[in-house]
Amino acid sequence: MSVKVYVPCDTTAVSIGADRVAKRIAAQAAAAGRQITLVRNGSRGMFWLEPLVEVETEAGRIAYGPVTTGDIESLFAADFLHGGQHALRLGPTAEISYLKNQERLTFERVGVIDPLSLEDYQSHGGWVGLQNAMALSANEIVAEVKGSGLRGRGGAAFPTGIKWQTVLDTTADQKYIVCNADEGDSGTFADRMLMEGDPYCLIEGMVIAGLAVGATVGYIYLRSEYPRCWTTLSEAIRRCEAAGWLGENVAGSGRSFHLEVRLGAGAYICGEETALLESLEGKRGEVRAKPPLPAHVGLFGKPTVVNNVITLASVPLILARGGKYYHDFGQGRSRGTLTLQLSGNIQRPGLIEKAFGLTLRELLNDFGGGSASGRPLRAIQAGGPLGAYVPSHDFDLPLEYEAFAQRGAMIGHGGMVAFDDSVDMRRMARFAMEFCAEESCGKCTPCRIGSVRGVEVIDRIAQGQDREANLALLESLCDTMQHGSLCAMGGMTPFPVQSALQHFPEDFER
Amino acid sequence: MEKTNAKEVDPIVQSRLETLVAQHAQRPGAMLPILHEIQAEYGFIPPPAVAIVAYALNVSRAEVYGVITFYADFRTEPPGRAIIQVCRGEACQAKGGCELEEYAKRSLGIDFHQTTPDRAVTLEPVYCLGNCACSPSVRVGDEVFGRVDAAMFDELVAEAKVNTEPAAAAVDSALGARS
Repeated sequence: MSVKVYVPCDTTAVSIGADRVAKRIAAQAAAAGRQITLVRNGSRGMFWLEPLVEVETEAGRIAYGPVTTGDIESLFAADFLHGGQHALRLGPTAEISYLKNQERLTFERVGVIDPLSLEDYQSHGGWVGLQNAMALSANEIVAEVKGSGLRGRGGAAFPTGIKWQTVLDTTADQKYIVCNADEGDSGTFADRMLMEGDPYCLIEGMVIAGLAVGATVGYIYLRSEYPRCWTTLSEAIRRCEAAGWLGENVAGSGRSFHLEVRLGAGAYICGEETALLESLEGKRGEVRAKPPLPAHVGLFGKPTVVNNVITLASVPLILARGGKYYHDFGQGRSRGTLTLQLSGNIQRPGLIEKAFGLTLRELLNDFGGGSASGRPLRAIQAGGPLGAYVPSHDFDLPLEYEAFAQRGAMIGHGGMVAFDDSVDMRRMARFAMEFCAEESCGKCTPCRIGSVRGVEVIDRIAQGQDREANLALLESLCDTMQHGSLCAMGGMTPFPVQSALQHFPEDFER
Repeated sequence: MEKTNAKEVDPIVQSRLETLVAQHAQRPGAMLPILHEIQAEYGFIPPPAVAIVAYALNVSRAEVYGVITFYADFRTEPPGRAIIQVCRGEACQAKGGCELEEYAKRSLGIDFHQTTPDRAVTLEPVYCLGNCACSPSVRVGDEVFGRVDAAMFDELVAEAKVNTEPAAAAVDSALGARS
């Protein structure tokens, strides 16, 4: 009988050898005359164990990892195809504590299924949300999303249901659903994992959004740094069209929804929703002044829902199990689950989906296992390159939008980058300004010029020139950028700089 | 309206560019798909393309040029046979990304945005490849590599030098069209 063997096709798994491992397993099986079905799944998100090979046995899926090509022969010798003992055997995948202690809702299929298999998707709960949505009125769909408490997972945390209601209530001959898949924040990879590991989930979420607000056309704006997502999404859309999940008559409902992936071109600012819309329209990715909101005047001047990948991918489950089910996870005004991405100097980097409320310390120690270098962790950059550096004495902060905001930090898209005590915080502050100078769209002065001046001022501080005066100047510059910029790029670049100054002043005195 | 100054442009390049542009010109917001298509074929945006795209989309040449220069991906000069991107994101920096960046520049003898004299490799910075859990990361063509150290970087460069095709004749004729 043919044994199912899973080897991830996820970018990160492949970046450390998953393709070579898959090839070697296939070759070894052929040579040994063993029948196997090799499935290229998404990643489970336990990246220190990648390439993670799983075998389907009578006792469920058994994991082995991290597997290199040099291990294949001994794995076959140990009869891993029947879950045999081996130094790399991790036991049943679902029992690995890192996974077991998560609450996987949005990511429940990622790493489990063959990403492009429509049968797999359907047999694991796919399309239930859409089918439920088709039986509801537009207002009822929006009410369900509102009731879930879902807030935008791209970083701004704006209530999704309210955004949808605004678009629904705006009359127009054409409306659009735009998925922001320009996941540019360093330390974030949840969107990428979902698009590579469960692309139909995103598609289903977008179709539901279309039904909810009366939009018939959708675009996924994908960053060009994600070539695998491009291939996977393009193929997923093609298969959905062929199977009738997309097109003129979605699942026989008589409603239409057309979806297209568009490729960005290496501009971080296009993750800002109005710059993204400009880029989709074929222009320079310069931000627009708001108002008008995209919900009123968006793509090609039409009412547009712009949502992040994870936001849209959370919708099918909300419609399948009800807004209340989702709302029951989390605390305060942060409802549902947060998809945290742990990286940097950490022993066990990966994707952790948990209800809001976990503390940073639990995340870093219980999941992350402390620093990779063995040295003490000194700071976490939370929420991407525009996020504050959180010092170790603040690690008891609960991961919740409001708690972070009160400390001048943000959860953003959920990326948490760990640094040990060898980090030079002045250098990180300088990099924040340098990054802004590199990626500013140039439309407003505080961001375009301020970031360049920021680099210069920090360099003068480093050289010991008029230290006090230059530190004061840096504070003042940060204040100007924060309050005078048109969008979050210039407005939040000061966060990493100011937090470095506040929590690590000693690094600016050397 | 005069489409472009035809006598300066190789007619084969002209006609090929027009074909590529026509494939997408009717799509809403066609500019980026068109530029990607052209760059996929030539490795860069050959100068005659600007006028052809402008004419097809009914915008000024300045607007086309403005878009090309706004986005880091689009180049106006042919790159080396392989493009190697080194990630500068914070998650890579936390794991030795800065040292890797310095090593890449030193070992290739070039800075970011430059090409080695043998035209084998163009070195570019990139701000996050989404490979943060196995940093530091490098991208060569469409392949991403994780936990890259100096030795592995050398291997990637050596492979890139062997594997990549010599510059396509199309690029030469497109370049020739400029003179």
